[in-house]
Amino acid sequence: MSIVTVQLGQCGNQIGFEVFDALLSDSHSSQGLCCKRENEAYQASCKERFFSEEENGVPIARAVLVDMEPKVISQTLSKAAQSGRWKYGQHACFCQKQGSGNNWAYGYSVHGPRHEESIMNLIRKEVEKCDSFSGFFIIMSMAGGTGSGIGAFVTQNLQDQYSNSLKMNQIIWPYGTGEVIVQNYNSILTLSHLYRSSDALLVHENDAVHKICAKLMNIKQISFSDINQVLAHQLGSVFQPTYSAESSFHYRRNPLGDLMEHLVPHPEFKMLSIRNVPHMSENSLAYSTFTWAGLLKHLRQMLISNAKMEEGIDWHVRPSLSGPSSLGKMSLNKDLHFNTSIANLVILRGKDVQSADVEGFKDPALYTSWLEPVNAFNVWKTQRAFSKYEKSAVLVSNSQFLVKPLDMIVGKAWNMFAS
Amino acid sequence: MTQSVVVQVGQCGNQIGCCFWDLALREHAAVNQKGIYDEAISSFFRNVDTRVIGDGGSISKGKICSLKARVRYISLDSYITLIFDCNRKESLNVMEGIEMLRIRPGIRTNKKMQGILKILVLIFRAVGHRVFGSLYQDQILEKLRKSAEHCDSLQCFFIIHSMGGGTGSGLGTFLLKMLEDEFPEVCRFVTSIYPSGEDDVITSPYNSILAMKELNEHADCVLPIDNQSLFDIISKIDLMVNSGKLGTTVKPKSLVTSSSGALKTRHKKPFDAMNNIVANLLLNLTSSARFEGSLNMDLNEISMNLVPFPQLHYLVSSLTPLYTLTDVNIPPRRLDQMFSDAFSKDHQLLRADPKHSLYLACALMVRGNVQISDVRRNIERLKPSLQFVSWNQEGWKTSLCSIPPVGHSHSLLALANNTCVKPTFMELKERFMRLYKKKAHLHHYLQVEGMEESCFTEAVSSLSALIQEYNQLDATKNMPVQDLPRLSIAM
Repeated sequence: MSIVTVQLGQCGNQIGFEVFDALLSDSHSSQGLCCKRENEAYQASCKERFFSEEENGVPIARAVLVDMEPKVISQTLSKAAQSGRWKYGQHACFCQKQGSGNNWAYGYSVHGPRHEESIMNLIRKEVEKCDSFSGFFIIMSMAGGTGSGIGAFVTQNLQDQYSNSLKMNQIIWPYGTGEVIVQNYNSILTLSHLYRSSDALLVHENDAVHKICAKLMNIKQISFSDINQVLAHQLGSVFQPTYSAESSFHYRRNPLGDLMEHLVPHPEFKMLSIRNVPHMSENSLAYSTFTWAGLLKHLRQMLISNAKMEEGIDWHVRPSLSGPSSLGKMSLNKDLHFNTSIANLVILRGKDVQSADVEGFKDPALYTSWLEPVNAFNVWKTQRAFSKYEKSAVLVSNSQFLVKPLDMIVGKAWNMFAS
Repeated sequence: MTQSVVVQVGQCGNQIGCCFWDLALREHAAVNQKGIYDEAISSFFRNVDTRVIGDGGSISKGKICSLKARVRYISLDSYITLIFDCNRKESLNVMEGIEMLRIRPGIRTNKKMQGILKILVLIFRAVGHRVFGSLYQDQILEKLRKSAEHCDSLQCFFIIHSMGGGTGSGLGTFLLKMLEDEFPEVCRFVTSIYPSGEDDVITSPYNSILAMKELNEHADCVLPIDNQSLFDIISKIDLMVNSGKLGTTVKPKSLVTSSSGALKTRHKKPFDAMNNIVANLLLNLTSSARFEGSLNMDLNEISMNLVPFPQLHYLVSSLTPLYTLTDVNIPPRRLDQMFSDAFSKDHQLLRADPKHSLYLACALMVRGNVQISDVRRNIERLKPSLQFVSWNQEGWKTSLCSIPPVGHSHSLLALANNTCVKPTFMELKERFMRLYKKKAHLHHYLQVEGMEESCFTEAVSSLSALIQEYNQLDATKNMPVQDLPRLSIAM
């Protein structure tokens, strides 16, 4: 089943390009560590989800690009065409002359309604091209004007017009010390609207990704394209095809549906985060070997201590032994910033994946009392390796990770408002 | 791509404007090798084929070398000779056929009277505002409308003028009001040259205060600049160039003050170097809107982010680097040095002390091969030494443009909304009061029809209110941050 991507604003378009690039280059990679037939099935599945075929064989991304000023879209289109391996549809973009001026209100109340018909038309054309439609993947930032304002508006519209389809919004949490001065206003306005209309919010924090680039990838001068590539890697490792059940060997047909089924058990809790191991620069990769046990142990501790990357994990944080029932233990956990999860999904890709042991994630102490680990935790395993990593594990989790950043943003916005 | 129209008023405005167009062309020529009229150029230039007989339609794409690019600007002055100066171009004939309005002072044809009246207009802003404003209102409006119609999507007006003279301050601010009435949704950026202590015009305080009132009410954003700072910058550059410190040489094209490589060979005039700095300021301001980059910032984002309250729209600007040494590899230390310089008093275009005053907001517009990590590192480094207002502790706006300016590998323009403009205004008010108390030179103004003493008192009270607002913000400077209780949710 296919996913239609909607890229909004400068951030959305820049990231969207990197995502499609990562997806396609992984599916064409020769280091899949599996047999040819397997590889072909993988490629076909990936292509069906994200690309449509054209006459001359160049895959066209199933995407709609929206921005209020033309520079970024033209850059994105040309970069895609230059790669030669894929491109965007010629008429799949919508842009205006004047930007939104970092003004959420402009995006939501002025540009949104004004261009509602054109944008929805473009989306409809893209959806009609799909044989079987899974849902929408909307990429946007929260701090700017176009991504946030129009993103909120479009998601609401999609809710009305395509009420049976799922919508997953990929939102970019801005840096703590401004890229934009009014980012706090824009962010809380966006979140409040999205929470009602979106089905799942996949959040990436710029600060966290920046640290990954600095510490794990050892990049000296980090540019936005570096950050976007890390993001694309994480998203790719989630969205690439995986097996449907333990024993069968067919790839999953409904990626978005399966993700939401496992991760959003309650509509009030829909903030998801991605953590993946390992993540390092290509130079270091040649000298490293991994074991499943080691990777999964790190991943579990990253989850519990709310760390976003492999380095600097706080190993002191531990789940309480007798389960989350006694109050005394709860307060202890709070001091050590224990991160309780509602639901977790681990996706394993690579060599010897069947031997990986995920029992550590089934500990009831990690989860809330109203959802048993058997329902809260799931694992998907795939033989085919992802993007040059012999073994890679990614954890998508619905947990408390965003509480503190959210509190900070609300506090700052309130401060500015009440001045 | 959005377009902007530049309105240059008065001698000062027009001289700066001429420099601006030269540098703009040079910049676009450096980027756009093939001479194709593209989106970036269309923000300031309009492509016209003069071979077509008749009115000459506008062609959106095509080689520029065989066509004339019509400059989107309106030049207003009562000095006819100045406009002729700008027009004398051999190479590209760019300035021909500009929307130009020459104001002939009065109906009198007597040469002597004309001469005297010209001087009068230059000095007395009242004449500029009231007389010329109303006389030529229709014609000016006509030109403006025509210019606006040629634009697909007009985003803002740039007004360049001085505050001390007559035409610049008077007519310029009259225009401001007219633009607000006529095009309310187009933002108005004003670059004003404030008179310094030793100014050549005696009545400049009167002119400035009267103009300030209009700027307070009708401008979206004002970039005040004073001659003294520009002069200091020039002397510093001269010192560097002439002393040949460290045995390295300065790249000739990289001087912020140089117009080498410009299309027109002009004779060097005394104010040229200073005007080039202001022209560079405008170019850097609009660079992110014209060229691509990894974090774009459009012009409407400037006022959105930097103007917290409508009255407080005065931004202190500083430009670095002023010159590049001929080192090829710029170590990161140089980059950091650039950021530090932007916050030092030497590089500001207005004499003020922002480090000891309160920042309301700050924007960093970076051009060239600078990445987000460099910017963040420097913000972290500089933040402790700067005081931000309590409700905007992390008030930074960043923009990254990939195209560096001509002659440099990277550059930084810092715009700060800071209470340090208060002393400048207070000084202005004081000079005004000194003259006003004795009612010196007042009768010339009152002779003009429509001018009364109440205009003066209104202007002063408007300025005092502005100073008061800045005072209030300053008072919160060292107070601890108060956490106001948040709204509680009704369960």
